[in-house]
Amino acid sequence: MIKRIALSTAAVSALVAGPALATDITLGVLNDQSGIYADLSGQGSVVAAQMAVADFDAAGKGINVEIISADHQNKPDIASNIARQWYDQDGVDAILDVPTSSTALAVADVTAEFGKVFINSGAATSDLTRANCQPTTIHWTYDTAALANGTGKAVTESGGDTWFFLTADYAFGHALERDTTAVVEANGGEVLGSVAHPFPGTDFSSFLLQAQASGAKVIGLANAGADTVNSIKQAAEFGIVQGGQKLAGLLLFINNVHSLGAETAQGLQMTTAFYWDKNDDTRAFSERFKAEMGSPPSMVQAGVYAGTLHYLKAVEAVGSDDATAIVASMKEMKTDDPLFGEGYIRKDGRVIHDMYLMEVKSPEESTGEWDLLKEVATISGEDAFLPMEDGGCAFALAD
Amino acid sequence: MSTNENTNTATPAMNRSVGMPGHMKIIFVVLLAVLIALPFMVYPVFAMKVMCFALFACAFNLLLGFGGLLSFGHAAYFGMASYVCAHAAKVWGLTPELAILAGTVTAALLGLLIGSLAIRRQGIYFAMVTLAFAQMVYFFALQAEFTGGEDGIQTVPRNDLLGLFPMGDDIVFYFFVLFVTFGGILFIYRITHSPFGQVLKAIRENEPRAISLGYHVNRYKLTVFVLSATFAGLAGATKSQVFHLASLTDVHWSMSGEVVLMTLLGGMGTVLGPIVGAVIVVTMQNYLAYLGAWVTVIQGCIFVIGVLMFREGIIGVLSKIFKKPL
Repeated sequence: MIKRIALSTAAVSALVAGPALATDITLGVLNDQSGIYADLSGQGSVVAAQMAVADFDAAGKGINVEIISADHQNKPDIASNIARQWYDQDGVDAILDVPTSSTALAVADVTAEFGKVFINSGAATSDLTRANCQPTTIHWTYDTAALANGTGKAVTESGGDTWFFLTADYAFGHALERDTTAVVEANGGEVLGSVAHPFPGTDFSSFLLQAQASGAKVIGLANAGADTVNSIKQAAEFGIVQGGQKLAGLLLFINNVHSLGAETAQGLQMTTAFYWDKNDDTRAFSERFKAEMGSPPSMVQAGVYAGTLHYLKAVEAVGSDDATAIVASMKEMKTDDPLFGEGYIRKDGRVIHDMYLMEVKSPEESTGEWDLLKEVATISGEDAFLPMEDGGCAFALAD
Repeated sequence: MSTNENTNTATPAMNRSVGMPGHMKIIFVVLLAVLIALPFMVYPVFAMKVMCFALFACAFNLLLGFGGLLSFGHAAYFGMASYVCAHAAKVWGLTPELAILAGTVTAALLGLLIGSLAIRRQGIYFAMVTLAFAQMVYFFALQAEFTGGEDGIQTVPRNDLLGLFPMGDDIVFYFFVLFVTFGGILFIYRITHSPFGQVLKAIRENEPRAISLGYHVNRYKLTVFVLSATFAGLAGATKSQVFHLASLTDVHWSMSGEVVLMTLLGGMGTVLGPIVGAVIVVTMQNYLAYLGAWVTVIQGCIFVIGVLMFREGIIGVLSKIFKKPL
């Protein structure tokens, strides 16, 4: 079940040479390694964590880091089983990544029970830092509130003031639609209607025709994964974007755009926390990452890197593997890394950093296989994420 | 279907002595001894998971192996019971035994409802009707408020047993699960070796003859269907207390498929077969998890090999070798 990757070859020499006593840390990367999220998290997240350990020079600073990983198959019972076993028997100090909201919520609870650290990068649900918040949870990359806020606000402000939603008919889809509707209306936009499609869906034609007939300027895709990809493909067949309507993907990753291709996805707007071609730092990191994995990092993988880096900084500051002290130190220190820039971690565990509204380039604009997005707007962290006061995280609001 | 040999040899023995044959007594005692020692050897949560699935497979086997009815929707009872149990423990604050009871009763009622319609059809139509209802239950679980949709019911507390004994510790809870599942399996054994069980076998082997002998075949079928659903529910409800969560995995049709695999692999119509099948499948899923999607491929290969090479299942083959029903 568990792959062990010994990283610290220099550990012994560090022990001998280093003045301080070595701290042993075991990190567990728990994510989807075979299913629909394997591309955007999977093995790439393990590599990202390894790069963070190497870049931090953990061994040189007297921290022996071992990274193990496992596949949770997007099933919460398997995730909770593995997390328990890791904390209970394998001495894992922190679990990283964990895409899929249901598995993330399960791991957050197990982590709190064992008093360890959970740095989530992959999951969308904002409940991780709201109703289901735990003092041991750090939610790094994005959440549904930020996606709704980012895309909803920026698109409405840039003139897309009438919306129609194509919503996956399950809790996540409805939550995304509800949150985005609130943002659109708060910014003076109008929601003309919405249609729910079965989950998982394959044929979106009748829903897309309804969306087209609504005459809305923006069609919001409140779905995820294969549903989003399929609805975008079919929208292209109906010529919806060419007809003047814009598509807004509410949860979309660079890997999805890549598999769709610029031809199909052009003009699509989406919110992301990280884009590889943002600046020199992200490009340098992405080059190294691409050499290992064959593709630039997704925002989830970038979040694993940044989260691991910040965690190790806290371990160094604390000088032990005491989880409570490490979390306190993580929340106290400002976050600063090459990928997300400067930011901070709120008391409820929400990491605040800038988000970006992106638009998929047309095939003419795109100069390379992965040159897919252009920035439309930067959304500051305070604007993107829901204020803590509105979040309803009990322990964070108590004191 | 392929277990006639076992049951035919078993029947006279059963009729002679009401109790358990000697070798089964020994096997159950040894099994119990192993289960008592198990949490100190393997991870207790994993052991509990195996036991829940063993009970689930035994419940399924009651219907398929003894009733001759192939249900393709057992995840519905398993999953719905786990949801109701989780809801009862979390929202209503019920103690584990009451929460599990609530889940089990729900599964029984659901079994009564679906069973009373499904048993009117035979063979593939029966399987399809159960599958159709199970899919309805799945979409109900996906949409209903209380199930939390795709997030499931998380952080299900394990309240004190009978309001007195704290169950937070996994080892302590293990023995409660052991009591529930082992008791359930013994009860299923008792059912199959009762006069009721004998009538079921008669119906399975030759339904028109059972009718001509004056048995109300549909009543027997419905009873065994409800019993099977009830024990599947007991397993599902217990599982939600083990993992502190109930999720869509439990009601998904692939769960119905898994229990078929467990039962056929271990040996349909045998007492120990489903237990062995559950141990193999769950262990494989757990320890081969790093292989990801390959687990499903491996499962499929094992299934094909099983069907081609030893259709009686592992225990069925052993039972032939030792010439004793196992």
